[in-house]
Amino acid sequence: MVRFIVRRLLVAVATLIVISLVTFGLFFAVPSSPARVMCGKNCTAEDIAQVEQRLGIDQPLPRQYLDFVRGVAVGRTYGSGDFSRACPAPCLGYSFRNNQPVTEIITQRLPVTVSIVAGGAVVWLLLGISLGMISALRRGTVFDRLAIGISLAGASMQVYFFGLILLYVLVYATGLLPFPSYTPFTENPLRWAVGLLLPWMTLGFLNSAIYARLSRAQMLETLSEDFVRTARAKGLSRRRVHLRHALRAAITPIVTIAGLDIGTSLGGTFITESIFGLQGLGKATVEAVQFLNLPVVMATVLLAAVFIVVANIVVDLLYAAIDPRVRLN
Amino acid sequence: MTDTAVPAPRRETGPYLRVEELRVSFDTADGVVRAVDGVSFTVAQGRTLGIVGESGSGKSVTSLAIMGLHDPRRTRISGRILLGGRDLVGLSEEGMRRLRGRDLSMIFQDPLSALHPYYPVGRQIAEAYRVHSPGAGRREARARAVDMLGRVGIPQPGRRFDQYPHEFSGGMRQRAMIAMALVNDPDLVIADEPTTALDVTVQAQILDLLADLQSEFHSAIILITHDLGVVAQVADDVLVMYGGRAVERGSVAQVLRRPQHPYTWGLLSSVPSLHGDADADLLPIPGNPPSLINLPPGCAFHPRCRYAGRNGTRSSTEVPELRQVVERGHLVACHLPEAERQRIHQTEIAGQGVAR
Repeated sequence: MVRFIVRRLLVAVATLIVISLVTFGLFFAVPSSPARVMCGKNCTAEDIAQVEQRLGIDQPLPRQYLDFVRGVAVGRTYGSGDFSRACPAPCLGYSFRNNQPVTEIITQRLPVTVSIVAGGAVVWLLLGISLGMISALRRGTVFDRLAIGISLAGASMQVYFFGLILLYVLVYATGLLPFPSYTPFTENPLRWAVGLLLPWMTLGFLNSAIYARLSRAQMLETLSEDFVRTARAKGLSRRRVHLRHALRAAITPIVTIAGLDIGTSLGGTFITESIFGLQGLGKATVEAVQFLNLPVVMATVLLAAVFIVVANIVVDLLYAAIDPRVRLN
Repeated sequence: MTDTAVPAPRRETGPYLRVEELRVSFDTADGVVRAVDGVSFTVAQGRTLGIVGESGSGKSVTSLAIMGLHDPRRTRISGRILLGGRDLVGLSEEGMRRLRGRDLSMIFQDPLSALHPYYPVGRQIAEAYRVHSPGAGRREARARAVDMLGRVGIPQPGRRFDQYPHEFSGGMRQRAMIAMALVNDPDLVIADEPTTALDVTVQAQILDLLADLQSEFHSAIILITHDLGVVAQVADDVLVMYGGRAVERGSVAQVLRRPQHPYTWGLLSSVPSLHGDADADLLPIPGNPPSLINLPPGCAFHPRCRYAGRNGTRSSTEVPELRQVVERGHLVACHLPEAERQRIHQTEIAGQGVAR
C-alpha cells in the first residue's frame, strides 16, 4: 500500500515535470510576445525590453524553466530596484497583469471552483445513481422511459444553454434565488450554499443525466449476474438482493468514472463559472490565455494536471478498497 | 416458526416433490418460447433424480420454475409443483421467498460467478442462514457457517470463512456453494450442472460429497446434467428431456442399461467408453436441438431420428405420449412398437460408446 502510493507519486511528479515543460515550450512557440501584449500599442522597443526583463523572459528558455522550478522550491524575486516583486515559495510565477503572485491568485480562485464541483458532484452522484438504479429495477415502466428520455435530453444539453434557462427561470423571472455569488464557506455556510445553488443544479442535473444512464446500464448488467440469482435463491428479500448484492457490484465502475470526472472538473469549470460570473479557476485560466498571462496559464494548467493525476491515484486506492480482487501493485 | 403465508408441509403424502404437467413459456419478441411443455416427475426424500438433456431441452428452466426464480412478468407457468404438499405454482413472491433457501435450495453450475465477488465466502453462507433464522445472531450464524464449511470438506474452515471467492480453488468454491445450499437443511436440493465447470478429478469428489451429504441430511436431490456418467454415478432415477418434453423416464438401470428412446440411444452412443474398442467412432446425434418457438410437429425428435420413418408419417404428425413399457416404472414417449425398440437397442445400439 505505502509502496504503491510512493511509486505512484513518483510517477505523478515525473508526469507533472513533462507537462510543465510542454506548457512552457508551447507558450514560447506562440509568435506573439507577452511583453508586447502587456505593454500596449504605443510601446517603444526599449519599453518592451524592460518589460521582458521584469517578466524574466529575456533569458534563454532553459534558464527560464530552471528559474521557474527554483521559484517553486525556494521562491524568487522578479525585476530589480523599484520594480522588484517578491514571490515567496511555492512561487508559481508573478502576474504583472494582476500585480500579485500566481500562488495568491490560485488560493483565491481555487475555493470557488472546489465549492462548485463539490456541491455539483453531490447532486449529480445522488440524483444520477438513484435515478439509474430505480430505472433499472423498473425497467420498461413509464418511470424508466421517462427517466431515460429526460436523461438523454440532459446528456445532450450544454451547460451554457441549460444554465441560462435556469438563471432566467429561477432568478430573473421568479426571483426564487439570488444571482449566484461566492461567499466563503467559513464566513457564512448558508450564504455559501444559497449563492452556489444555481451552478450546483446546472452542473448536477446535466452530469446526473450521464450518471443515470451509466448506472442504469451497470445495474441491468449486474441484475443478470449469477450471484444475484444466488442471492434470490437464498431467499433474501428483494430489497436486500438489490441493495446489498446488486448495487454493491454495480457501483464499482461508477466510482472510477466519478473520481476522474471530479478530478477533471476541479481543474476548472470555465463555462459554469462564466455564466454565473463566479471567479473560479477555469475563468482565471481562460482569461490568462487570452492575455498571454504566461505565469497564470502555467500554474493553472499544472494544477489541473495535479488534480487529474491525484484523482487517478485516489480512484485506484478506492478501487482496491471496494473490490477485494484488486491488488495494489 | 408459525407461518400463515406458507401452508405447513404434509410429509406423509408420498414423494416430497411432485411435479405435474409443468408448462413454462416465455413471451419474447420472436414469439412464445415453450421451454417446458407438460413435464411430470416425482422425487422422494433421500432419492436423487437426474434430469438429462442437451442445452435448450428445458432442464434448467424446470429447475428455476421449481425455485420460483423466473421473472413473473415474462413467464407463464402452469401445472402443479407440489413441495411437501404445497403447490408452488401461483404462490406469492413473499411465500416463495420464505421457502427458498430453507425448504428447497439450489447449487449452481459455475460457483465463481454464482458467489458474490465482493463478500467473503463465509459471510455469504451466514447470510443464507440468518435470513431464515431471524433469531440467530451474527456469532451463531458464523459458527453455523464455519461448521458447514467443515462438513463439506474445506480445511481450516475458521480461516476460510473470511476469504473471498477468488481465493478459493474451483472445487473449494463448489464445496462452499454446497455448504450454502445446505446451511438451512433443506428437504430438496437442486443441483444444476454442479460439476460441469470443474476438473474431472474434482468432479468425482464433489459428487461423492453430494452423496455423503444426502445420506446425512436425507434430502431429495434433483441433479441436472448433460453428463450421463454423472447420472450413472449418483442418480436413482433419470428423466430424459428433449425440446421441453420428457421422452424417457425410469430408474438408472432402466434408462441407462435398457433405454428405449432413440434420443437416449443417441446420448449414450455419443459418450466414449473406457471399455472396448478405443478406435471405434463415437456416433453423434445429427442436427441441432430444435427451436423452442417453433417445435417440429409430432415427435419433436423426429427430424433427427433415424427410425422416424418406420411408422409412416406418425412421428411427424402425432406427439407421442409418455407411456409405461412392460417394465414397471419405465416410461417412454416413442411411436415405435416396444418389441422393435428392444430389438433395435440390442442389435444396433448396445455396442456403441458408453452404451456398451
